[in-house]
Amino acid sequence: MSLAGFEVEVEQVGQQGLETEEMTLNMGPQHPSTHGVLRFVVKADGEVMRQAIPDVGYLHRSIEKIAEKVGWHGFMPYTDRVDYVAAMFCNQGWGMVSERLGDIAVPKRGEYCRVIAAELNRIASHLLSVGTMVLDIGAITPFFHAFREREKINDLIEQLCGARLTYNYMRIGGVAWDLPPDFIEKVTAFLDRFEPMLAEYHDLISVNKLYVERCAGVAVISPEEAVNYNLVGPNLRASGVRYDVRRDEPYSVYPELEFDVPVGAAEHGVLGDSYARYAIRIREMKESARILRQCFRQMPDGPVITKVPRKFKPPAGDAYIRVESARGDMGWYAVSDGTEYPYRCKVRTGSFAAMAIIDKVSQGLMLADLVTVIASLDIVAPEVDR
Amino acid sequence: MQAFLDQLIADGYFAGVPPQLVYAIAIVAAAAVVIFGFVLNVAGVTTFIERRVWARIQSRIGPNRVGPQGILQWLADGIKLLMKEELVPAAADATLFKLAPYVVVMGFVAAFVAMPFSSVLIAADLNLGILYITAVTSLVVVGILMAGWASNNKWSLIGGIRSAAQIVSYEIPAALSIFTIVLITGTLSMQSIIKAQGWAPWDWFLFYSPFTFVSFWILFTALLAEGNRTPFDLPEAESELVAGFVTEYSGARYLFFFLVEWGNLYVISAILVTLFLGGWQVPHVTDNPVLLNLLQFVTFFVKSYFGVILMMWIRATLPRIRVDQLMSTCWKYLVPMAFVNFVGTAVWVAIWPNGNRPVWIAMTVLGFALLFYFFYRVEFHRRRSGAELLFSPFS
Repeated sequence: MSLAGFEVEVEQVGQQGLETEEMTLNMGPQHPSTHGVLRFVVKADGEVMRQAIPDVGYLHRSIEKIAEKVGWHGFMPYTDRVDYVAAMFCNQGWGMVSERLGDIAVPKRGEYCRVIAAELNRIASHLLSVGTMVLDIGAITPFFHAFREREKINDLIEQLCGARLTYNYMRIGGVAWDLPPDFIEKVTAFLDRFEPMLAEYHDLISVNKLYVERCAGVAVISPEEAVNYNLVGPNLRASGVRYDVRRDEPYSVYPELEFDVPVGAAEHGVLGDSYARYAIRIREMKESARILRQCFRQMPDGPVITKVPRKFKPPAGDAYIRVESARGDMGWYAVSDGTEYPYRCKVRTGSFAAMAIIDKVSQGLMLADLVTVIASLDIVAPEVDR
Repeated sequence: MQAFLDQLIADGYFAGVPPQLVYAIAIVAAAAVVIFGFVLNVAGVTTFIERRVWARIQSRIGPNRVGPQGILQWLADGIKLLMKEELVPAAADATLFKLAPYVVVMGFVAAFVAMPFSSVLIAADLNLGILYITAVTSLVVVGILMAGWASNNKWSLIGGIRSAAQIVSYEIPAALSIFTIVLITGTLSMQSIIKAQGWAPWDWFLFYSPFTFVSFWILFTALLAEGNRTPFDLPEAESELVAGFVTEYSGARYLFFFLVEWGNLYVISAILVTLFLGGWQVPHVTDNPVLLNLLQFVTFFVKSYFGVILMMWIRATLPRIRVDQLMSTCWKYLVPMAFVNFVGTAVWVAIWPNGNRPVWIAMTVLGFALLFYFFYRVEFHRRRSGAELLFSPFS
């Protein structure tokens, strides 16, 4: 039996004359909790899954091909759509790879503006990730509380660059606009209100026995597996591997900033389970708040953008840079042939690798756990398919 | 009521109509009044109240447009659902598919026959009242299984099977907890159970002994599971199964399932209030029977509604548990606890047939102390978080 290109065998497991079959379920592209347009073909024996085969491509928009048509400058708004939940990092990635090819230096204040925007976006992205994870597990309230905070961040970023989701804030050579007049005070006021909220989330979710029972020990990924399957970001760190691009291959002004890299510690459950991946995101939000406060103290004055010619023609060659996005190490690769249009652009995202490991970890889990696994790996469909 | 009808027949109102037919029509008319005048409206208003309660918990407003403060929202939802196209999937078992909502509604509405609203407002004071209610509310399992199977949808099937397993399993601790009360009163009749209690908290069965106190919470949990409410709402887990066993339903059929879910909240609460919280008992403040019965009705309704709001609160707060955890909770924890309660209550009743007054009153004091401590902690957390009590969307 062929199902969309997969060969699905119907297994007859005979026990004492009783013939049973595995059930093939389709967790289709339209589903309330697959975080976008993802499809899984699930082979289940009752409630226990034997395999969950991912089927990607429902959100493919040929973004990388479009880069070859719109040019270096024109591609910046398209990068927002590569991962619209954490768009600042995509902007930063494209900016950095173009600057590497064209050998352009971004002024210091521009770098600080980039980091501020990126860390604000990291908090917003983690809030969405945590909120939807608890929503999928069944608690409907923390989702609204997380989005209440996210709304405030959206309002702040709207003052910064005019948009709430697809920012197009950064340019090749720096950022488009400097911080607005009261921005620092407003963000500081927000952070003063936000950090106690994390304590509230802790009381409501993190120590809630039902939540812990649902997440602890589910889909344990060992450090070796995580490295072999190419996991990055919070997924990798939750398994115990201490790797963060901001620390290990620093870029922008991160060398001047002081922050910790949270690594999984088995508070409830096992190292590398879904609970660890959730807990890491909560701690990363705290660290982002810390980074933001330091940036406000340390920002120098000056221009925010280096003038780059309108017809930007970087010399022929290629460059690969990494950015620590909310979902982990996002790699941007661009090949230039000396014209104002890139010859090739490629994005490597963390969610794509996470899709691959779902098949491996979902064997033997229950149907309800599949949702937990997808949510804990923080998979967003636009990143998977581009 | 039979005497009243006989009087009317004797006066010649129903000339030429056999008395049995008159009785039958009167019964159907009374049932229609109860169902359409009370049950459906309560279920509908409960949906609206649930949305407003959730919204306040979730730091938002909730429906407030349709009618003053949004109070007609449920009517708008009902009318909308009635006007929708009723799809029957082509490969679905049409007969079972169409029959399932009616079975479920039957199981739900039949419970109101034995519901004691006041000392006279009870449709039928059956001498096996509580057993009847337990039996009849189990009919929804049949309807849910029918819905899950007939939809020809694997996700609906999974939802239906989960629900059947859940409801059937949780009948055991529920029945055992109910029978602790039956042990104390020696009767299954709802009115007799209420009359064995008093209006004051120190006369409620909730505080009768430590065993009944624990029984109350076991019954509460088991009835939550019976009603498919979070944390036991796996059969209709929105984030996993789209809508579980009702995925393929639309229009009026969906409205039936919808109403049963919310109406069941009231039935669950009413059972708890009858058995443990003194039912409709009020102090004898007036000799006027109409006023007294009205007071009793209001008391019963208000007490039940506290239970309903508590269940809405729980649904807004807790995540849902997985089906294997649900089963192990029932069989490994609730059933043994319920058995211990049962045996303990039997021993208690054997030693003190009329109840142990000092312990009863001590439990009451303890219960209220717990309540006050709970609200103290709520206030503590509210003050610590600096939450806004009055939320303005324009700030």
